Amino acid sequence: MIRMIVRRLLIGLFVMWGAASVIFIIVRAAPGDPVTVFLGPDASREQIDRLTAALGLDRPLYEQYVSYLGDVLRLDFGESYRLGRPAMEAVLERLPATIDLTLTATAIAVIAGLALGLLAGRRPGGAVDRVVSAATIALQSFPTFWVGIMLVLTFALGLRLLPSAGVGTPAHLVLPAVTLALPFTAIVARLTRSSITEAMSEPYVQTARSKGLTERQVLLGHALRNSLIPVVTIVGLQMGALMGGAVIVENVFAWPGLGSLVVGAVANRDYAVVQAVTLLIAGIVMVLNLAADVLYTRLDPRIRTEARS
Amino acid sequence: MSGAAVLPRRAAAARRWHRGVPARVPYVVIALYALMAVLGPLVIDYDPVHTPLQDRLLAPGARIASGEIAWLGTDALGRDILAQIVYGARTSLTIGLATVLVASLVGVTIGVVSGYARGRLDAVLARIIDILQAFPAILLAIVIAGVFARSVPVVVLALSVTAWISFARVTRGVALSLRERAWVDAARVMGVPVRSIMVRHVLPFTVGPVVALATLEFALVVLAEAGLSFLGIGLPSTAVSWGQTIANGQQYLETAWWISTLPGIALSLLIINIGILGDQLTARYGQRRGRI
Repeated sequence: MIRMIVRRLLIGLFVMWGAASVIFIIVRAAPGDPVTVFLGPDASREQIDRLTAALGLDRPLYEQYVSYLGDVLRLDFGESYRLGRPAMEAVLERLPATIDLTLTATAIAVIAGLALGLLAGRRPGGAVDRVVSAATIALQSFPTFWVGIMLVLTFALGLRLLPSAGVGTPAHLVLPAVTLALPFTAIVARLTRSSITEAMSEPYVQTARSKGLTERQVLLGHALRNSLIPVVTIVGLQMGALMGGAVIVENVFAWPGLGSLVVGAVANRDYAVVQAVTLLIAGIVMVLNLAADVLYTRLDPRIRTEARS
Repeated sequence: MSGAAVLPRRAAAARRWHRGVPARVPYVVIALYALMAVLGPLVIDYDPVHTPLQDRLLAPGARIASGEIAWLGTDALGRDILAQIVYGARTSLTIGLATVLVASLVGVTIGVVSGYARGRLDAVLARIIDILQAFPAILLAIVIAGVFARSVPVVVLALSVTAWISFARVTRGVALSLRERAWVDAARVMGVPVRSIMVRHVLPFTVGPVVALATLEFALVVLAEAGLSFLGIGLPSTAVSWGQTIANGQQYLETAWWISTLPGIALSLLIINIGILGDQLTARYGQRRGRI
């Protein structure tokens, strides 16, 4: 167990190094140098030279790369020229909003997905199953940003039940979180349905039935419990996609998280913020994936014993 | 005797045809979109820079100043929504096809070579994939498309950077299982060059799964492109795209719901049908979805 975690952490460190390098390459390959972006078009030659030297951009590329990696290790991404303060500071300030959004969306997706999958998997091929299948296909096909706008149109502008954008009250969280949750609800529902269907023909379900348990007890106590294991895995694996979805959803609802920050930063060539956000998100996704893996082995006794031997 | 044998066969064929009708719907819908993308711009004129402000925010079915009918309404600058949907179809399908082409060529080549060669090359590939998947795909696309000059090739590149991965995964799996088969061994023993083995004995078997995967990837790419355009990243401002039209309508939701709603319906219908087709093809070619 410990050995597996250590191994995964080492791979994770390697991946973070690779991710930092990918970002370095993209930013360096981008047209227009950061100095002119920083100083604007009216800067004098002397100013440009001074800042170039200060940022170390006059040194050979490999030296820049090494000092960049050092900065990454210290989580120091430099000043954001647009915000006039350290990029990481601005990014960390936006992090809680994104966490609120993604956690709420995950909770909605898991609860709704399990419920839908359970309803559909109880009688495969039945009317409920067919409706749920069609709904999950649709939910996975709709563009999230458009779904968000349609929800605003219906619930904020039409029925006037919820605010259309911004933050403040829990009500502000409802539409963004539901929008973000919908495609993942579909994924969880599909998975739950197939594992419930599979579980229903397993010997332990027959045993449970022959013990005289009600169908409800069999479903919830036996079939569902075992279906939770793949659900945990998929939730972990989908964290990257969820963070990606959050980037778009935050922009629909003017949600003050990492997503709206990074899109603004990209549009304004604020590379310090772009680097800080992308690496922070990569780090979060990596840690969550690892956590899901560990949880998965804890949940499934079969894998636990395998890992020990 | 022969008549008796023919009749059930014909009946069976008819039954099969009837059962097949729903399965054909996606083909028809996708063909209609393709027709719209290819022929639509020849029939309908649209100039994104031409902004007849006297026609602004007209509801679907309203008559514009020149006497024509704007069937799907107009936007805040008086531009026709139907025309934007038609031209947007061309943009989406072009970028989708180009990206899937680039991604599948790169992915299949890498997948076949690393699955067949195994060893160090294969390990390196696995690590590269790990690194690229550290970022959410859309975030990487936003950063790449955002820092370079706005153009269609840049968007294709930005989307291909992660899209090739599933192609490489699937073909690697096929190549791995094929390299143990008797006819590949036979070719190897007979001294057939490695490259010919890969092209003649391995590559043909990847076609089915790759076609199925390409369909699903196409849907993902079109969605991702719409997302980029919605955020105002990637395409030049003169390009017409569904994502952009939806974004333009967002501030007029209260007065003109049609601007954002209708292109979104066009986009969703296309994605749903491609998804169904992709699932059909995936079921037929027996490879798991490459997405997970």
